[in-house]
Amino acid sequence: MTALLNIQSLTVDRGPARILDRVTLEVGQGETVALVGESGAGKSTIATAIMRLLGEAQTSGQITLDGAGDLLALRERDMVGLRGRRLSMIFQDAGAALNPSYTVGRQLISAVRRNLGLDKTAARARAIELMTQVGINDPEARLTAYPHQLSGGMQQRVMVAIALAADPDLLLADEPTSALDVTIQAQIVRLILAQTKARGAACIFVLHDLALASQACDRIVVLYAGQVVESGPARDVLENARHPYTRQLKSCVLEIGTRDLIAPEGTVPSHRDMPRGCRFATRCPRVQDRCWAEAPPLEGGAHSFACWNPE
Amino acid sequence: MTLVEPARRGARSIFLRRPFFTLALLVAVGYVLAAIFAPLVAPYDPVAQDFNAMMQAPSGAHLMGTDSYGQDILSRVIFGARYALIIGFFAVAIGAIGGLIVGLAAGLSGGWVEWALMRLIDSILALPSLILAVAFIAILGQGVDKVVIAVGLSMIGPFARTVRADVLQVRVQLFVEAAGLMAIPRAVIIWRHILPNVIYPLAVQVTIRISEAILVSSSLSFLGIGVTPPTPDWGLMIAEGRAFVSFAAWMSAMPGFALALLLIALSIVGDGIREEFDPKLKGKA
Amino acid sequence: MQNAERPVFELVDVEKVFQVRKPGQRFGRQTVGLHALDGVRLSVGQGASLALVGESGSGKSTLLRVLLGLDAPTNGQALYRGRAIREARAGGSDFARDVAMVYQDARGSLNPRMTIGALLAEPLRRFAVVPEAQIGARVEQLLTRVGLPADAAARYPAALSGGQVRRVAIARALASEPSVLVADEAVSGLDVSTQAQLLSLLRRLQQEMGLTLVFITHDLGVASYLCENIAIMYLGRIVETGPTDAVLAAPAHPYTAALRAAAPSFFQPIAEPLPGEIPSPLDLPAGCRFSGRCPRVQGDCHASDPYLARAGEGRSVACLHPLASPQASALAGTFQD
Repeated sequence: MTALLNIQSLTVDRGPARILDRVTLEVGQGETVALVGESGAGKSTIATAIMRLLGEAQTSGQITLDGAGDLLALRERDMVGLRGRRLSMIFQDAGAALNPSYTVGRQLISAVRRNLGLDKTAARARAIELMTQVGINDPEARLTAYPHQLSGGMQQRVMVAIALAADPDLLLADEPTSALDVTIQAQIVRLILAQTKARGAACIFVLHDLALASQACDRIVVLYAGQVVESGPARDVLENARHPYTRQLKSCVLEIGTRDLIAPEGTVPSHRDMPRGCRFATRCPRVQDRCWAEAPPLEGGAHSFACWNPE
Repeated sequence: MTLVEPARRGARSIFLRRPFFTLALLVAVGYVLAAIFAPLVAPYDPVAQDFNAMMQAPSGAHLMGTDSYGQDILSRVIFGARYALIIGFFAVAIGAIGGLIVGLAAGLSGGWVEWALMRLIDSILALPSLILAVAFIAILGQGVDKVVIAVGLSMIGPFARTVRADVLQVRVQLFVEAAGLMAIPRAVIIWRHILPNVIYPLAVQVTIRISEAILVSSSLSFLGIGVTPPTPDWGLMIAEGRAFVSFAAWMSAMPGFALALLLIALSIVGDGIREEFDPKLKGKA
Repeated sequence: MQNAERPVFELVDVEKVFQVRKPGQRFGRQTVGLHALDGVRLSVGQGASLALVGESGSGKSTLLRVLLGLDAPTNGQALYRGRAIREARAGGSDFARDVAMVYQDARGSLNPRMTIGALLAEPLRRFAVVPEAQIGARVEQLLTRVGLPADAAARYPAALSGGQVRRVAIARALASEPSVLVADEAVSGLDVSTQAQLLSLLRRLQQEMGLTLVFITHDLGVASYLCENIAIMYLGRIVETGPTDAVLAAPAHPYTAALRAAAPSFFQPIAEPLPGEIPSPLDLPAGCRFSGRCPRVQGDCHASDPYLARAGEGRSVACLHPLASPQASALAGTFQD
């Protein structure tokens, strides 16, 4: 079986700053993958690059979507045809992603019509069906509501409905729950998982919460300063982490009852003082001479990591 | 722990990134220099009448020609820059200081004082600043100083409104509440926390509104109620040349061109400064 | 400070009602009372650390404003060492010096036109903490204490990262040498490593200076790391309070149990979430305000409104059918799965 999405050596430069550096990752059909890392790690950039919404940045490498070829080589017209139909995306701030001047019904129905080519009545029926699927009670009445009349959780449900309208093959969820209350978070994550599973769609979650990633995803890809440092099945990556950064990230997660917290020193280097070799060298407890000179390659099979001196 | 370097906008300076801004700035600086050194730059005395050289077309001797009294137009345009800039600068200073006081009072007082001040400002704003300036001239009389005061007073309204809007925005900021929690006296909060955050946007407004003040003052002279002849004022010169425009177009065109160029240059400079330094616009970049 | 034996903060049946326009009315002037706080009882002793936990609309921000004396309670008493908080705040600078605040939006709480040095010097001068000549040295000392280099004093807030700005806000709060620190989501929205750095800093400061800490958070992990006591809020009321470890190990209130289950935990299946959303405080269900979402709801929950009553050692819960103590852990366990 071929992978649904295959990213090879994706590099993104914005001016002098290298935001993504030779990122390689694969998403199988129906798989859920978490991109985790801290701010500046480039996890949202990967999602935006897949949608080809990066704007002025310079991009190299390949993003191959099964059946569509290299997305980076597609004409914009063909890319428009993929967005919403085979690839769709939901964001952290659903309130900002929805147009405040139109009712949610109008936005949902127009997404359905655009992506499925249905007529008005059929699109409306489909919209109501979608609203029911994402757990919105009394969908007919909610169709006439404006986004600001809905709570944050409801807005995110509407976004999920719009994103799934055309049964895409891949859903990109960029921190879909970080703006929501904890009890609502669980609802939305479960909703996304259930709906993508029901459709056989794959899902890439961009997350900062490692514990949530372990709960929601099959595989975890850990990013640091624009590079993939470790990737593999969730349990392998978290319980048998080979890269020192993955270990550090995990040790910072605060669970109920955590008494001792080993706070790492320092911060991510800025793009101007990025080390030439391994980008984590400045903060790594296991750093060696070689780490400063040469960037370690991402190696290994299902569980791969980029480190000269792994744990 | 190391500090993040302040967000630098690349190594290139503003002058390289904004060529139009640089050009406009050079033009504006040229006007300022010409105004300061007018006696040295101008080839003739601006009010020296020469009845042997009346209404001459631009030539080597008179680069912009002469007017109906035989006065050299180039010299008058150069001296005119002096009046235009003096009037523009001082009128805006009056408007900005008055607007700052009224706007601060309105924004900080609340209740009926704010209501009364804002209705006063609204009623002033209901009239275009030119009409208002005409009304003030009618009360004050003519002359350069009177024009400065009239134009300045007419600009208090717009300045007051923007200052109040900024005050309303700043006074609900968390750092103002935080200062209150530290029991900092109110006067100190206004002086240290509110005022600086209002002054900077006001300074940007000032650069933009200087051109408006120059335009209004020139309009007053054009209408014959501002500066009195034979003062070399652009508006006055345009008005004087109007009767001869069919056969001596340079008489109105030269001062008109000088006015237009200065206004365009000033607004480009003002926009550039605003885009570069206004934190509100910066946040969106 | 005076009345050292009285609790630092004591709230007795505090209510805060805001007059808001009637919903559904666009032009009318009729208002209705919105109970942001509805009978809050709370006591914070000297040297205690209390986490206030709740979701949006729970009233924790309003409670914070009452504690700081920014808002007066509509009904009930809000006391600071036995004195009404509003009076204490109005009656001189002692309260302002003794109770310091760290905002969630640390950047917004720092004047962008002042240098870090000037920002830290402001409370030092206001409360005459040190003589004028020593202000520079004290600023440096404060920066060192929160782990910032001394040359940060010359910078403006815009030149600092999010984590560094929070450190500055903490340093400023500590400048007046307070005995009480009130913090509103002081570590949320940060990267985990920055959050870990700040949390260990806060814990160290709390231990070194014997601070009384009131810490608003939505993160139970943060609450359990930093605070001995916890108060869970739901819709303007404290529904459960007690020692953090005991409450989180065996929640008595079904809402606490739900929050506990919703907190992400490695490799646990995602717990069955609570149904529905937090109702509007203008449209409370009859009886218990949690009855509409409660998985253990019974008939009488719709009839009577439970009040915060003692439930074991140092613990109180507002529930007619609390998860009983000995079996509580077992019940909470089933709830999680």
